[in-house]
Amino acid sequence: MKSIPRVGIIGIGQSQFKPRREDANYTELVREGVALALKDAKRELSDMEAVVYSLAPDALLGIGNAERLGVDAVGARSKRFMRINTGGATGISSVISGYTHIAAGVCDLVLVAGADKVGESGDSQTILNKIWDPTYERSLPLGTITMLAMSAVRAMDKYGLTEEDMARVTVKNRANAALNVNAHLRKPVTIDDVFASRYIAWPIKLLDACPQSSGGCAMVLASERYIKENNLDAVWITGVGHCSESYFMGDRMGNKIMADHADAHALGKAFQRSYKMAGVTDPANQVHVAELYAPFSNTEFHSIEATGIAPMGGSMAMMRDGVFNIDGKTAVNPSGGTLCTNAIAVSAMVRAAEAALQVWGRAGGHQVKGARMGIASGNGGDHQFFGTMVIEA
Amino acid sequence: MELLKRKESWNIGYEHALGETASFFFANVRDHAQIYGRRDPKSGRVLVPPRSFSDQTLEPTTDWVKVGPGGRIEAFTIVYEEFKTLPDPPYAFGYVLLDGADTAIGGYFRGIDLKDPAKASAQLKLGTRVNTRFAEKRKGDVLDFWFELA
Repeated sequence: MKSIPRVGIIGIGQSQFKPRREDANYTELVREGVALALKDAKRELSDMEAVVYSLAPDALLGIGNAERLGVDAVGARSKRFMRINTGGATGISSVISGYTHIAAGVCDLVLVAGADKVGESGDSQTILNKIWDPTYERSLPLGTITMLAMSAVRAMDKYGLTEEDMARVTVKNRANAALNVNAHLRKPVTIDDVFASRYIAWPIKLLDACPQSSGGCAMVLASERYIKENNLDAVWITGVGHCSESYFMGDRMGNKIMADHADAHALGKAFQRSYKMAGVTDPANQVHVAELYAPFSNTEFHSIEATGIAPMGGSMAMMRDGVFNIDGKTAVNPSGGTLCTNAIAVSAMVRAAEAALQVWGRAGGHQVKGARMGIASGNGGDHQFFGTMVIEA
Repeated sequence: MELLKRKESWNIGYEHALGETASFFFANVRDHAQIYGRRDPKSGRVLVPPRSFSDQTLEPTTDWVKVGPGGRIEAFTIVYEEFKTLPDPPYAFGYVLLDGADTAIGGYFRGIDLKDPAKASAQLKLGTRVNTRFAEKRKGDVLDFWFELA
């Protein structure tokens, strides 16, 4: 078998995420991430051979197929260009698509870019209600919050997850976000603060939920050959994986189920695929930092368990013991994670970008000391599309 | 400088064809207050809501099976926040495994006082038995039925 070229990350750019960006329209926000990533890579737009465009459901932005408009912001005229959409996993799927352009031997330099302005609608649950099947489920008031509140309810029954466990995730992630200049919600909170916040969809309270953020993110990927020829600094994507779950949530409960809605079964499979490529056999001891897509506090638990760092149902006790703190054995979401910043089209790209910055030693105020191996994930659709990545120094 | 904005809204209509399988299901809900599932011959599982093929074995489903009206709660949430275009809170909904079915179907839980989240959520605990109730006037929709504590 022909050996697969190694792929490195040579540039990263992300906005300081905010509720709204009235100083910039959509394409200007895409350009913001691109300009920062190109500067970081010390490269020009004209150097890029292909562009992968990270864009989640159109209605969040309010522009149909906004990649048509975004093509200019990423300088893709006369280049290879494709849009990726796997819902919340879009960002990491885009980075994986950029990776495959290079691993296939087609390109040496690829730009991955996108932005979102979720705050301009401010009503993402109305939009996300439309992701449900109009035949059987659209009449119900389903949204991503209620979908994942039902996952929490099943985890409470299956593993004894409590609202206090959930609050502990928020407290950890907000403390981390306070150290991250790019995070949207940066105010530290206490367990009491979480309990004092109002219920959105039981058991999820306001402080268990992510914000609706605006901002851009971009990454420049390069082949090992190009990186060596140009004496560039890089970190390496050593494993990538995707896995999907079937659509009907009601099939993840009941009799003889293949996956429980309490868990993130397909995310676990996606991590196994990444680990196999990267040669990771003992994630609890090999992985130093994990940036996991968890828009609600409860979902961080099933995501951690999907990484294999904690046994099924075992992550709550480890969270209590501080294992996932920024100075713990395996730091989880040292950036504050999706819980503190969610510009949906690029949230999962930020996970990969943050894992890369950590193993590069360039994460700034939220740097995990001595991080050499990082993992990242994205979850999208009806808790359904999952992408994972292993990134190493 | 003064930063300007533009208001826009999307309001697009559709008329979705439901297909033969869902049409049979909804016609029976409307005309007979009866819920049906479809059996996957390969696994023997009864899929509710009924689908023309199994997403697990990928085989076409073959026969109709009457399910319910009793069942047990498999998932729920109680919504206390108002969302544009969604119902006025509070409301409870979730998924129920109807007797004779192998997969759970979504619906509202009614007849429960939702004011106190702790008390209401305890009443909806997973495994709790429920009965299906049908509206007197039915139009062939999942909102024609809901669940109440048994």
